[in-house]
Amino acid sequence: MAKRGGIRILDGNHAAAQGAKLSRVQVIAAYPITPQSPVTERLSEFVEKGELDAQYVAVESEHSALAVCTSASTVGARTFTATSSHGLAYMHEMLHWAAGARLPVVLACVNRAIGAPWNVLNDQQDSVSQRDTGWIQIYARNNQEILDSIIQAYKIAESVYVPVMVCYDGFVLSHTEMPVNVPSQEDVDRFLPPYTPHTILDPANPRNYNLVTFANPRVNAEGVLCHGYMELRYLLQEALQNSRETIIKVGQEFGEVFGRSYSNTLWTDRLDDADTIIVAMGSLVMEATVAADTLREAGHKVGVLGLRVFRPFPKADVVKALEKSRLIVVFDKNISYGLEGATCSEIKSALYGSSLRAAIRNFIVGLGGRDVKARELVDAVNRSLASVKEGDLTREYPEWICAI
Amino acid sequence: MQDYYEVRWHGRGGQGAITAAKILAQAAYLEGYQGVTAAPSFGAERRGAPISASTRIAPQTIMVVSQIETPNVVVVLDHTLLKYDEVTSGLVKGGWLIVNSWRRPEELALPGDFSIATADASRVCSNLGLIIAGVTVVNTAILGAFVRATEAVSMASMEKAIRERLSHSQAGINLAAIAQTYEITRLGRIR
Amino acid sequence: MGTRDCRHICGESSPAIGEAGKTGEWRESFPVIDLKKCVVAKQNKPACFLCWLYCPDAVITKTIPIQIDMEYCKGCGICAQICPAHAITMVHEQGLCLDDMD
Repeated sequence: MAKRGGIRILDGNHAAAQGAKLSRVQVIAAYPITPQSPVTERLSEFVEKGELDAQYVAVESEHSALAVCTSASTVGARTFTATSSHGLAYMHEMLHWAAGARLPVVLACVNRAIGAPWNVLNDQQDSVSQRDTGWIQIYARNNQEILDSIIQAYKIAESVYVPVMVCYDGFVLSHTEMPVNVPSQEDVDRFLPPYTPHTILDPANPRNYNLVTFANPRVNAEGVLCHGYMELRYLLQEALQNSRETIIKVGQEFGEVFGRSYSNTLWTDRLDDADTIIVAMGSLVMEATVAADTLREAGHKVGVLGLRVFRPFPKADVVKALEKSRLIVVFDKNISYGLEGATCSEIKSALYGSSLRAAIRNFIVGLGGRDVKARELVDAVNRSLASVKEGDLTREYPEWICAI
Repeated sequence: MQDYYEVRWHGRGGQGAITAAKILAQAAYLEGYQGVTAAPSFGAERRGAPISASTRIAPQTIMVVSQIETPNVVVVLDHTLLKYDEVTSGLVKGGWLIVNSWRRPEELALPGDFSIATADASRVCSNLGLIIAGVTVVNTAILGAFVRATEAVSMASMEKAIRERLSHSQAGINLAAIAQTYEITRLGRIR
Repeated sequence: MGTRDCRHICGESSPAIGEAGKTGEWRESFPVIDLKKCVVAKQNKPACFLCWLYCPDAVITKTIPIQIDMEYCKGCGICAQICPAHAITMVHEQGLCLDDMD
């Protein structure tokens, strides 16, 4: 039985800081940026007060923050950083590095829009733009999931040696208080073993890591055939492909210890008889559930599919979840300019080769903090249902819920 | 009895509306409501500028994450804000408008199908010396008027929340402000 | 057989002689040291060792006198350039002093 954790009323940033603290992170390096700043403030307080035995490294930029984390991770420390928006963009190079070096860094991305023009409010353009850097990406719907996902992220990252980004909506979650069950340190210790690094820097046994690596494999001084650059890239892809199993296993184990199970890559709501399925990611999944309530009251068989894990993209799980749908309405808080919302593209890609022939609609919503109300989601679904009824199955480009 | 509250707070940057929104959420949770959320209006905040905050209270987990459009309670920390239409915007029929004001509810002469509660929280705080940096801090005191008007949470839960949120030395004076404001709150119900 | 047997998951190697291959085979000229000019040899004690410091392939020893591992010396000539006593001369593999070749 789990020791009863205490329910506290916490905002998302506080929940993230608690998650890192309970994970006994050893090195924290971060640079403050709205709306992430309170995470760094809280963690530096924990360290300053002696509640957390960690090195807090104050840096001059996000690029350096992640450079500190990758270096500290290389020598065997459990590391944490957090950022948003321009900060994450500034980390871009080091994001690739952490993944390529297979370092289990955990990063909290407090989702915020990117300029120009300046905007400090929520959308998911920042983390979605980093989807190709080789990180596992997990999106939280609420503050409990932020805390829980950070603890799980360490176990996942340190099992598959891939860094994990835990993403949550700026302000909507980061600055909104709600009840959060904060587990006991004892239970977290039981769940999360210490980090076993795959790289160890030891002056007595010096090693080179991630030096110039040639296109082709080559035999090293000991006569062993070693990977070329491409083989290492293959291994990173393989690690992400295989990480689904670990993510689910860790989610189940988490449930066994804490009573909150995370044994799927997706959140599903009333899909059993649904012919119309709303797809969303992050806190929008919650609002979509409210929209589904309204649509159900009006007699529509509507369900909600929430993407919890965006990388690795859970193709098979998505196909299975959508198999009974006739209409899929995807809401994206991001846009891949010139095409459509990123999650819509990925849903379409997952469905290729399946027997499903559902109509798909994509709506771009909530960019730069534009409030997304359940009634707007309801309107979008109703409009989609009407147009599909008229035989209008596909749209070349997404529709936008805005005033243009 | 009503069990779903959407409370919108209006104040000026630095008056503590956000803190009040959070204390109310905490009190409501302690009262037994499973769903509570408290949020500032999102974005940059500046001292003196009109700001808002929100508290949602429900028996079950709250799934709505969008901003409140149709509050059933509006709390105004500074009656000079009443000149802005957005303060009462969306306030539902039969809802409560709670204002820090020395005037009686009917004297506010506000049009609308809502009840009005007033309390001179500023005077309570001024008498108690609840003053920070020269400004009377009415954010906790007005919670007394909230309890009196809505009966959504008990004074006992409010006291527990205050003791959890504030330091021991601060709790006493704030609790006194809440209790005194509760007593002097004038209720102007619509029929 | 693929490269999995190396069991690495990131770019990794041990610093070792010959890690970069038989670089001595790249050489078209080689350093010749004149111990009468070399500061270390003349003073018979640890001294400048700039050739040891600058050698990009780490084939020069920090000893008295210095020694150069010709199996891996790639003949770049940096030691000859850096030597403050002009004690090192690059000689073409065919036996010609490079200064005389132009």
